[in-house]
Amino acid sequence: MNDILLGLAEAARRVVTLDPDLVEITRLSMAVTLSATAIASLIGLPLGAWIAVHRFRARRLVIAILNALMGLPPVVVGLFVYVLFSRSGPLGVLGLLFTPTAMVIAQVIIITPIVASIAHQAVRDLWADYHDLLISLHASRWQRIGALLWDGRRALMTASLAGFGRAIGEVGAIMIVGGNIDHSTRVLTTAIALETGKGNFDLALALGFVLIALAVLVNLAIHYGTRTERSSRW
Amino acid sequence: MVAAILPLVLDEIVLRRQGRRILGPVSLNVEAGGITILMGPNGSGKTSLLRAMHGLERLSAGSLHWRVPEIETRARQAFVFQSPIVLRRSVVDNIAYPLILDGMSRKAARALAAARAEEVGLGELLGRPAQVISGGEKQKLALARALMREPEVLFLDEPCANLDPRAMRDIETILRKAADAGTKIVMSTHDSGQARRLAQDILFLCDGRVIEAAPSDAFFALPKTPEARAHINGDLLP
Repeated sequence: MNDILLGLAEAARRVVTLDPDLVEITRLSMAVTLSATAIASLIGLPLGAWIAVHRFRARRLVIAILNALMGLPPVVVGLFVYVLFSRSGPLGVLGLLFTPTAMVIAQVIIITPIVASIAHQAVRDLWADYHDLLISLHASRWQRIGALLWDGRRALMTASLAGFGRAIGEVGAIMIVGGNIDHSTRVLTTAIALETGKGNFDLALALGFVLIALAVLVNLAIHYGTRTERSSRW
Repeated sequence: MVAAILPLVLDEIVLRRQGRRILGPVSLNVEAGGITILMGPNGSGKTSLLRAMHGLERLSAGSLHWRVPEIETRARQAFVFQSPIVLRRSVVDNIAYPLILDGMSRKAARALAAARAEEVGLGELLGRPAQVISGGEKQKLALARALMREPEVLFLDEPCANLDPRAMRDIETILRKAADAGTKIVMSTHDSGQARRLAQDILFLCDGRVIEAAPSDAFFALPKTPEARAHINGDLLP
């Protein structure tokens, strides 16, 4: 209990004094996570909608694989990306290993199935409502997907936020591909892991509180910005 | 001069679902002009026939021919469903949607949609989310949206089911106006009174087949089949 209180006090002190280390790793955490969420949303939302609208032979298989990939072990993804970008790997020439870019790539691989899968569920229900109308109006396939993405945007925001939530708390993969290098690839989660290993529980807890606060603040900001949960809205 | 899409010729069309025949064989000609009403008991195939004519159902047998290639008819026909489907948008954006699909700018489409909404009595509700308006208003919205492309044929599946007399009168007024402007109306109804008020022609269906096709006056004055007679008289059939 004492550690928790000390952690809270330490978190408050570092936030109030705008501790440079905290600001740096928080900024990098946000940059990596928001980039990964944006890219995963750009891929996952249309993919989920496309699967909901398009009938093809392997559709069930694709949906099952997508759902299974939601539980993709981050350490395995980290290892995969590491091998891909290591000096002797097929993409080693790009020199991306131990950079924030590699961390973003790993996170995109982890969260895209989550975003796509939740988007598919949301769009599938909407498609059931809209199917006859959009067919009757002779909307093209892309127009149908556009209508579903636009009209389902609030449900789809939940898909993106679920991806954000998974990415902001991710540690295994980015530790492997980022290396937790001070002033370069250290983010909140890897810093927490490091400080815990060193026995600095109050600092680790302080970083943990900041991490939780960030996740809550981002969700609040997006919900407020998009005006969800208000009366007379759908 | 663009060729008219009617007449529509149905040649022995049949619909089957899971091996069970739900419609047909049906052969008929849908000619341009006026209001044709489909009548018949529940499960007689009215909705299936309307959906088949509009291209929403894949035929199990038979064929359906428009005067022009089918692809050219798509934007020139429209359908209003029994339970109105509304997009999760404002009333005006719902009505404007077909024009936006056709590539019109949002601003121009909204201006035309606002004028159409005014005509059908939705002028006060333009910015209201379509999901929160009443059932009668939703049906008017669906009708206004269907008329946005000024279709040559408008199919309606029991558009006045569950509406009060006032909303029904409003819908009938809009339909008469559309028919007067040259749109062919093909609709189903259970309401004999509505059929008498609106129809020029009646198609009476029973067990998936058209068992009687006649001008409205003749149909109501002297129905030829016992099923049609019972339906008009409101008799309870076994």
